[in-house]
Amino acid sequence: MSRGTGQGGMARLGLMLGLGFLWLPVLLLAGYAFSGSRIPFQWGGFSLRWFAALAENERLLEAAWLSLRVALGSATLAVLLGGATGWVLARRGPFRGRALFGVLAGAPLVLPDVVMGLSLLLLFVLLEGATGWPAGRGATTILLAHATIGAAYVAVLAQARLAEMAPELEEAARDLGAGPATAFATVTLPLMAPSLAAGWLLAFTLSLDDVVVASFVSGPAGTTLPMVVFSMLRLGLTPEVNALAVIILALAGLGGGLALLAMRGLRSL
Amino acid sequence: MHAALRAILRPLPLAVPSLWLALLVAAPLLVVLVLAFAWPAESVPPIAPPWGAEGPNTEPFALVLEDSFYHAAFAQAALVAAGTAALCLLLGFPMAMGLARARPAWRLPLLMAVLLPFWTGFLPRLGAWIGLLRDEGWVNTVLQSLGLITDPLPLLYSWPALFLGMAHAYLPFAVLPLYASLSRRDPAMEEAAADLGATPWAVFRTVTLPLAAPGAAAAFLLVFIPAAGEYVIPELLGPPGAQLVGRVLWQEFFQNRDWPVAAALAVLLLLALLLPILLFQRLEARR
Repeated sequence: MSRGTGQGGMARLGLMLGLGFLWLPVLLLAGYAFSGSRIPFQWGGFSLRWFAALAENERLLEAAWLSLRVALGSATLAVLLGGATGWVLARRGPFRGRALFGVLAGAPLVLPDVVMGLSLLLLFVLLEGATGWPAGRGATTILLAHATIGAAYVAVLAQARLAEMAPELEEAARDLGAGPATAFATVTLPLMAPSLAAGWLLAFTLSLDDVVVASFVSGPAGTTLPMVVFSMLRLGLTPEVNALAVIILALAGLGGGLALLAMRGLRSL
Repeated sequence: MHAALRAILRPLPLAVPSLWLALLVAAPLLVVLVLAFAWPAESVPPIAPPWGAEGPNTEPFALVLEDSFYHAAFAQAALVAAGTAALCLLLGFPMAMGLARARPAWRLPLLMAVLLPFWTGFLPRLGAWIGLLRDEGWVNTVLQSLGLITDPLPLLYSWPALFLGMAHAYLPFAVLPLYASLSRRDPAMEEAAADLGATPWAVFRTVTLPLAAPGAAAAFLLVFIPAAGEYVIPELLGPPGAQLVGRVLWQEFFQNRDWPVAAALAVLLLLALLLPILLFQRLEARR
């Protein structure tokens, strides 16, 4: 506690102001999603019309379905790849090219979205020209791009988690006669599990939120939900976006609850 | 396990991620560098490789390095990123202090309160700002009904709207590292300074701030690096004159279909960010 330094009150005020700034647009958005008015952010009585309009918007529903599939697939792939990458960085010991491996593993975290999107697109175009694969761009290319970005986040979490854990745990298992695969499955993997769960959720969220990378690596066949929302916002907001945000918030709250449970598990282990 | 099978499986944990990183991280960056020397073409894709009869095309790099329009794009991006990072520090520092000084039982709920607004999704939050700031939006409606203004203020598509949206989007990037560094330090240091007669401002200036400086530097860079390449926020909230490098790259690619110039911009943006990225990594390594 900071009794007597006189900073406590200022800090509390700052925290309240900052939280107000963060929450104001979100609360207004959530409230006005239930407004019957055609003009966004003007109250027109309680109504669920924008949720109904959402349910009838074929283009949006189709995009949401695509986004969901891409997010599920890319998050799962990201956990497999990022988990392996994190394990290599924390446990594999020295090998030739380790420094380069580390730089490449962390690169997607710091590369701007426009650079990531453009460079992946150019690779896919070049690959298609040379080998015929990937034939056109859409769900597959978005999935690969999102998995690459997600894997970098999973790798950081998994590496940090393993760095906290004594390697002696695995060595003990080996000394007691477990093979490398058994030691990994019964000791290392359960130790990594909470970070992999948190990483999966993070990769899933990043995929559902991304508009820039997806716009670059997508083709006419692949329009994700953020791409639809972005074009709606560009044309001027429709209140449907507010209703959509309320649904996302509710779903994310559910996911956040799960993440919190995963963090609890992380601490209790 | 069978020896042959083991010989196949053993290298996989290293080989699979290595292959992935080579193909989907290293190769794209090499490709973007190579295709910055390609020729624009009237074809699908609108590009002719630099290894054709014409040889490499140095025009895209020359254009981007010489034309003042592109210089302005980089300068604007640097200014907006630095301004956003400064705003986030200004807003985030008292927030992080409040978090670090809160009773332990309150810390996790307060931290959740900082992060929860981000679960509405990035784009719907920008939509909320559009709805707040547009001519017939919430702010103008309230001001008009209070009789403070008669005509709506042009709030949307302006520099203040751009910075507001940027600060709102990037604030947690600053709060979290600041909180991490502030919660690690010992409050007894400040109490000692206060006991020795320092005024609250003197305590803040001579004890709190110097102790938090590495965390503040990390927070600044953590906002600056992604903000420098931002495309979406300037596009949705900023004025037409806000031609930041991210937005210019997007336009070169999608509207002008000039892939080589877009690639040259990407390479230069990456080079420009190398210094802040390396600085950030050194700061992280020291902590």
